[in-house]
Amino acid sequence: MPDTHNASAYNYAYLDEQTKRMIRRAILKAVAVPGYQVPFGGREMPLPYGWGTGGIQVTAAIIGQDDTLKVIDQGADDTTNAVSIRRFFARVADVDTTTRTEEATIIQTRHRVPETPLEEGQIIVFQVPIPEPLRMLEPRETETRTLHALSEYGVMQVSLYESIARHGRISKAYNYPVLVNGRYMMSPSPIPKFDNPKLDRNPALQLYGAGREKRIYAVPPYTPVKSLDFDDHPFEIEKWEQCCAFCGSKSSFLDEMIVDDDGQRLFVCSDTDYCQERQEEQRQAANQEAAK
Amino acid sequence: MLPMIRVSGLHKSFVMHAQGDLALPVLANVALSVHPGECLALVGPSGAGKSTLLRSLYGNYRPQSGSIQVRHREDWVELVAAEPRVVLDVRRHTMGFVSQFLRVIPRVGAVDVVAEPMVRLGASLEEARRKAEFLLGLLGIPERLWQLPPATFSGGEQQRVNIARSLIADYPILLLDEPTASLDQANRDGVIDLIRQRRDSGTAIVGIFHDTAVRDAIATRTHNVALPSASPGATA
Amino acid sequence: MSGPLLSARNVTKRFGSRVACRGVSFDLWPGEVLGVVGESGSGKTTLLNCLAGRMTPDDGSVTYETASAGVVDVHRLSEARRRLLARTEWGFVNQDAREGLRMGVSAGANIGERLMAIGARHYGNIRQTASDWLERVEIEADRLDDRPATYSGGMRQRLQIARNLVSEPRLVFMDEPTGGLDVSVQARLLDLLRGLVDRFHLSAVLVTHDLGVARLLTHRLMVMQGGEVVEEGLTDQVLDDPQHAYTQMLVASILPV
Repeated sequence: MPDTHNASAYNYAYLDEQTKRMIRRAILKAVAVPGYQVPFGGREMPLPYGWGTGGIQVTAAIIGQDDTLKVIDQGADDTTNAVSIRRFFARVADVDTTTRTEEATIIQTRHRVPETPLEEGQIIVFQVPIPEPLRMLEPRETETRTLHALSEYGVMQVSLYESIARHGRISKAYNYPVLVNGRYMMSPSPIPKFDNPKLDRNPALQLYGAGREKRIYAVPPYTPVKSLDFDDHPFEIEKWEQCCAFCGSKSSFLDEMIVDDDGQRLFVCSDTDYCQERQEEQRQAANQEAAK
Repeated sequence: MLPMIRVSGLHKSFVMHAQGDLALPVLANVALSVHPGECLALVGPSGAGKSTLLRSLYGNYRPQSGSIQVRHREDWVELVAAEPRVVLDVRRHTMGFVSQFLRVIPRVGAVDVVAEPMVRLGASLEEARRKAEFLLGLLGIPERLWQLPPATFSGGEQQRVNIARSLIADYPILLLDEPTASLDQANRDGVIDLIRQRRDSGTAIVGIFHDTAVRDAIATRTHNVALPSASPGATA
Repeated sequence: MSGPLLSARNVTKRFGSRVACRGVSFDLWPGEVLGVVGESGSGKTTLLNCLAGRMTPDDGSVTYETASAGVVDVHRLSEARRRLLARTEWGFVNQDAREGLRMGVSAGANIGERLMAIGARHYGNIRQTASDWLERVEIEADRLDDRPATYSGGMRQRLQIARNLVSEPRLVFMDEPTGGLDVSVQARLLDLLRGLVDRFHLSAVLVTHDLGVARLLTHRLMVMQGGEVVEEGLTDQVLDDPQHAYTQMLVASILPV
């Protein structure tokens, strides 16, 4: 129980127990109906909307003393936001934190899925700005709820058609709409479409939290997640000619960085942990070679 | 032989509500019948109700009481107070009407205006157009006019398009309201020939022919509309 | 066809104390185009909306014979089924084309939507079908990727028609489809509608205040005044031999040209 005389004391993981229960109930409903957006009573968090309040509330509701938390922002553990959120939970939840994907039990992420495959027992918490995949096509919430209820998703197919008509291909590069368990259309959050295949039948539990819009949704482990497309314009992920300048990976999502005023570019893995692991392996292999 | 049309006890009046509900009785107790191969000419003074009777036979005017029966699909069909689809079916298959005026449809060429009734019966567009062109040729409409909408045609040309349209579908019954009114002598004779051919091949015809020469050439009987009919089938 | 395609029995709709339409009954048979004429406030648009399931009548019923599931009561259907019906077997042409189109996506997307809504997933085929329909409604093929915002009023209306007809509906509801268009544009559109109704054996309920449109497009006519049907019958009969005082007044009011 919090020490009510100590003004700066927080309840475990910041949120009070009743709030955590409310959020867990929403999470249970979300898991029971994969891809369906469950409204929840989002609380005032110590950071503004658009900075991960939804993800933080979900993490706060599920985190426990035995958990190990990893937080990434666009794939990196070391950006300001990732560091702040990790430190926040270290303080209010007294948990171990890590940058290693394999060591984490909970991974909170903004806009990327780790390259290292997830396993059963892990939970990945996505920060979601706009949970409604149809929002840009149908601004009325009353109408989008009806569309989901009736499985009327023609309007999304129309927008994909329009993309091909205008650009010759489906140009949506991130927040690419998916159909979950053959029933609900879902926004996978603004992850690059490169990461969409990772969501399909993933052994880990996926939780999605939108703080401003106050919605939670979920994809239970091993659930089919299919990216929308046309028969003659099938879903494709991004490919690079280059490989990572640090670890040489040809199969990870690469960030393009401009390194000087002449426009010199470097392509580097967006997933910092994955890149560092590979570099570490290569260093060890090189040392072993040198030792021979 | 069964008649194609049987009329009995037909009453028709017009009520002009704008003139204080003034009632104009026009047809009183009309009775007649028309057999295949007959051409019944309706005669009587102007305003006696010839056109009213003809239009009533087509379902274009609504009688107040009485009976108009036509032989349609091998059965008798009552047209007075019939449902619209019944009348439409009769008009499509059994009964053709040539009025004095051609109702002009924007953008449809003369050939297609003529072809339409045949297409409605299920014929292919090519087949119907060929027959339409044949009829238009027969009626002296120059080929250069065939693709043009008849809106700009002369009265006589429009009249002949009208006639062609009523002849294309081989209706067992033809109703003709002054079919030669706007035609010159040469064309008139052509039309008279066509109508007589139809009559002789078994079509039952009811017509209004102002021109006595035309009437004498085509009609086999006359019916005076101004006189009340004593009994069904009475002739003047 | 065993029975009527669409049946209305005693359809009545009130807005507060005002009766918009009262006791309307009729049967529409396949292949018929029924015109509903009347002046503003006659209740014709309210009636159309009740027939098309867009409004629920306070009294009476509307039944429809579906293609494969027998006769249904339009207002007892679940919303899912009614919306599906509206997207497949029915069409609705609004007076203002903007209400019946997605102005922000291309003509091709607009026409292809019904196909995509029922599961079409081949872009090339959808595009080709849309292109065929564009041609049928006399819009140039190179406008397929243009948005309706760039179309003229007449073109938008024709696009709206194509968008409805692509699913080969059996029954089309039309609310003043030529209202607000220039006369020459109107003539072209009327002619197109006439041709499409014939060619695709459409049945339709057409609301209009224009007797000339009714004469050209409809087989049957219902004249409405103050929410009630005052006269009905064959179109040419109602217009050439009007019985009711109101109909006579309407017909007499047509300006000669």
